[in-house]
Amino acid sequence: MTLNLQNLLDFQNIIDALQWGSFYALIALGYSMVYSILMLFNFAHGDIFMVGAYIGFGIASLLVGLTVAGSLALPGWVILILTLLGAMCLTSIVGMAVERIGYRPLRDAPRASAAITGLMIGIILEQGNLILLGAKRRSFPEIIESQTFSIGGVDITNIKIMIVGVSLAFMLALHLFIKKNKWGMAMRAMAFDYLVVPLMGVSINAIARMTFAIGSALAAVAGIFFGMAYPVLEPTMGIVYGWKAFVAAILGGRGSIMGACFAGFLIGFIEIFVPLVFPSTLRDLIAYSIILLILVYRPHGFFGEPYSAKLRL
Amino acid sequence: MTPDNPTSEKHYLRLRHNVQHRLSLVPILGWLLGALLAVILEQLAGDYLVDALDMDKMPSLLGILAIAKDIKYFLWQGWDQLVIIGKMFAGGAFSGVVSVPDPFQTPRVLLYVFLVYFLPIALFGTLTIRPANWMADKLSKLPSAVSVIGYLILLYLVMHIWADMSAYRGMALRFTLIAVMLTLSLNVINGYMGEFSCSHPGFMALGAYGASVVTVVLFANDKLFGAALLPKFLAPAFFPLALVVGGAVASFGALLIAVPSFRTRGDYLAIISLAFLFIVKSLIENLEIVGGPRGLKGQPDLASLPVVFTWAVLCIWTINNFVRSTLGKALNAVRDDEVAANAMTVNTRRTKMTAFLFGAFWAGVAGGLFAHVLRYVNPATFGLQKLAEVLAMVYFGGLNSVYGSIVGAVSISLLSEALRPFELFKWVIIPLLLILVMIYRPTGLIAFREFDVRSVLKPKQNPESEV
Repeated sequence: MTLNLQNLLDFQNIIDALQWGSFYALIALGYSMVYSILMLFNFAHGDIFMVGAYIGFGIASLLVGLTVAGSLALPGWVILILTLLGAMCLTSIVGMAVERIGYRPLRDAPRASAAITGLMIGIILEQGNLILLGAKRRSFPEIIESQTFSIGGVDITNIKIMIVGVSLAFMLALHLFIKKNKWGMAMRAMAFDYLVVPLMGVSINAIARMTFAIGSALAAVAGIFFGMAYPVLEPTMGIVYGWKAFVAAILGGRGSIMGACFAGFLIGFIEIFVPLVFPSTLRDLIAYSIILLILVYRPHGFFGEPYSAKLRL
Repeated sequence: MTPDNPTSEKHYLRLRHNVQHRLSLVPILGWLLGALLAVILEQLAGDYLVDALDMDKMPSLLGILAIAKDIKYFLWQGWDQLVIIGKMFAGGAFSGVVSVPDPFQTPRVLLYVFLVYFLPIALFGTLTIRPANWMADKLSKLPSAVSVIGYLILLYLVMHIWADMSAYRGMALRFTLIAVMLTLSLNVINGYMGEFSCSHPGFMALGAYGASVVTVVLFANDKLFGAALLPKFLAPAFFPLALVVGGAVASFGALLIAVPSFRTRGDYLAIISLAFLFIVKSLIENLEIVGGPRGLKGQPDLASLPVVFTWAVLCIWTINNFVRSTLGKALNAVRDDEVAANAMTVNTRRTKMTAFLFGAFWAGVAGGLFAHVLRYVNPATFGLQKLAEVLAMVYFGGLNSVYGSIVGAVSISLLSEALRPFELFKWVIIPLLLILVMIYRPTGLIAFREFDVRSVLKPKQNPESEV
């Protein structure tokens, strides 16, 4: 095995890392927001990402199929926008249902119990998918025709650019929503103190529902982009990528939006660049070891506040 | 069963009261002897009964599997019938007939279970209240070590004779005992210490591989490790050593987690231990010397039922003593309020460390036993699925309770065997059940209960008094 420094600096790899990083960041945002509001890990979130990908797959297949059959004449970008919007709406309904069934009845219970319900809901979503659609892998339909640009000897597809760009736009939109909007302010207040803020007339149920809806919508976006970039969907994808995004959320600092994005991209870079230097079977080992080391030296993540004793267990 | 006229209702209530009263008087000894009678009866007459009832085969686990198969058949069949009826309404022609499955076993299985297990145990238990209590009283006057060992031998006999009937029973029983050990050791960390550890499958893997490497190197002619170093007849003597090595390896892994993660409290351990689980799995997959992703096979057949039973009893005994000791109480104090516990001279860091390593040790031992029951280990076994399973057992049974762990491990193991005919639906039904338990009893079914062997075994009735 040769260590090729040129490889490391290759722009191709950087754009790949950015693309994977945007998936992880978008999923990690959902974990992070729920954590900051309810102080709970939403262990079902990885599977919500999977559900979002499958819903997007369904809508996209339908629209692409209709277009091919000739009964609809939609350009690719319209299909993409419709798919995104439809999947975001439906997935946020799933997210709100998860909150209603799994988390609201347990709001005053020990936090570990809620974590267990989340985990179990995740398993149910995954198994439900296996029962409904079977273990077969599905390939995502081609919504936008892939075009390759060559800039200075580096090949970049329009899909990769679109994925990274739109993901960053969503992150920015979320940031603005939380900083500027009244609802965003309510969310920040709830994250600050979820016991006092409800006394000020802000409904914790409404905020929790909204948090789950936004997180799930972002997960759906990640799912669709994942499907477009790597066109294979399988029921276990929620576990595989969701848990990595969960680690990213922790690494970024619990409850920090900025941290989740940053750590998501960091994990994307680790995942892409580690196999360039080491054998690819060591990827998980080295990735998690790096994460462990970072956590040992920065226990509260990159942007998180030092841990307070605000515990409900 | 609600009779209309008040006198017969009174009779019914009195009868019920009497039955309940008599059942409450039966000591554990009575039940155990009854169970022994039942399994001996099954050994002697089970086959005749199977023939007489015209059953396919002897019900393996109290018939739950056969009943589940029938339920599945009916559900699937019912769906077909609905489709047929729907077609009938749509098409106007009735083509199908409502059929009873040919191998319909449930009534026979229930009759079998009633005749072989329920009737002998209930009759023996209720008819021997006086002698059983008298014997229990005599036993309780002996040194408790002697009487407890007597009870354990009795329990083991019951299990042995029962498991002797089929290989499947022996396998299921051993896996259940191992599940009890795992659940109990996780309960020390998640229940008694109040942290959320996700690394238990990792400890189990370390223990499984640690113990397997010792036994395979010493006693098996293996492609990876060469010829056996010691003659085979020494293997049973070295097996405890191998298990302790496995436990020690797991404890060492736990030390690696514990050193950084007990500096802060809270969810930190959950993350570190999760990362640790992935690291262990990935490490084993990359270690070609232990077989990499293909796994390690060739463990000698050492984990027989008496061995697993002995270790399970040892595990329950040590963990129960641990959590009831001063150290265990300190652990509870740390969970409830670390600052206050510190003020009360509890060395919080040492307490947590000890408990964590202790839990990991038993997880490692359980892993070693698991590897030797299966006689094959594979890193893929110790993933998130296993984690979900162990967590389900702990939280179903109840936190902070040895009873709860035993109940949780046994019931989830039984349930998962019973739901096997439902294939994919198995992992929908168990999570749904667990969600319901969490919503209505957030700490599990039997949480925060002390397990006192002497009060369990004590006679239920003063032998001098009237029945």
